[in-house]
Amino acid sequence: MKFGILVNEGPYNHQASDSAYRFAKAAIDKGHQIYRVFFYYDGVLNATKHSDPPSDDRNVVKNWQKLAEDHKVDLVVCVAAGMRRGIVEDSLAPGFRISGLGQLIEAGIQSDRLVTFGD
Amino acid sequence: MSTLHTVNKSPFERSSLQSCLDHALEGDSVLLMEDAVVAAMAGTAMAPKLADAANSVKLFVLGPDLKARGLDAAGVVAGIGVVDYDGFVDLAAENSTVQAWL
Amino acid sequence: MEEEYEGGIVKKFMFVNRKAPYGTVYALEVLEMVLISAAFDQDVHVAFLDDGVFQIKKGQDTKDLGMKNFSPTYRALEGYDIEKLFVERESLEERGLTEDDLLVDVEVISRADMAKLMGEMDVVMTA
Repeated sequence: MKFGILVNEGPYNHQASDSAYRFAKAAIDKGHQIYRVFFYYDGVLNATKHSDPPSDDRNVVKNWQKLAEDHKVDLVVCVAAGMRRGIVEDSLAPGFRISGLGQLIEAGIQSDRLVTFGD
Repeated sequence: MSTLHTVNKSPFERSSLQSCLDHALEGDSVLLMEDAVVAAMAGTAMAPKLADAANSVKLFVLGPDLKARGLDAAGVVAGIGVVDYDGFVDLAAENSTVQAWL
Repeated sequence: MEEEYEGGIVKKFMFVNRKAPYGTVYALEVLEMVLISAAFDQDVHVAFLDDGVFQIKKGQDTKDLGMKNFSPTYRALEGYDIEKLFVERESLEERGLTEDDLLVDVEVISRADMAKLMGEMDVVMTA
């Protein structure tokens, strides 16, 4: 089955991004496909290459990055939401790309299920 | 057609669980996750409401979120199923739509 | 359910608004999502319930906040062929509002009918 995932919140204020990551990983391990992960609202902050959490904490940005590397998961950051929050092409960690909000609607159309994680 | 409803906030802080239960249809599933897992425990002021809801919808709670908060999965309201992330994925696949109550 | 239409898939989409405007950005950015969805020829529904009904309250004036009043955009949705706007009657009543307080033409439906309508959707977007 194809899952689309929408992440509404940034990496550390809320559990949303962690929950979304756990869900995505479990889905992949069960043989499902992640059609796309779309980062919207403050969720765009998950894509910043400048995130540098203490070494005894999980690295949310790196988790996503690794998922993209290992499983070719499409990580898309909303351009308009990103511009509002200072997330632009130059800010992106490897594995993320910037595109329009249409990519979220398209994920809703093309995925069998769209699962949202937010506040 | 059935829906998996996800709720992630404590009913002692937000109305999203109440609103979800007010809109879930018979045969739908409701998953309590993140801070909403506190609502799953027997003995809270919410427990009677959850026990009542269990008559029309299928109730689940995310085990890892219980554990993280020091809550014992053995102490949830009767009728609430404890699932892990695999179970969450299964629920999302088994229902035709997933609706988050944020 | 989804059907083939002009070579593409048409799904029933619902954008669910449960939060008041301005205190958080969700109302505005959901609205931007709704506008974009118009380009995809989907069967789009917009629902207002709980505090979401305040998003379409008449007379919003944000001058003193220095924030953009985006409420007129709800009236422009019709121009994008987004005409299925639903408001939950109980949510209005609980907040002391009536249909006359709303700035856009909507269909006011009961909580039970809102629940049924939600159950018919293929994709539900919330924030």
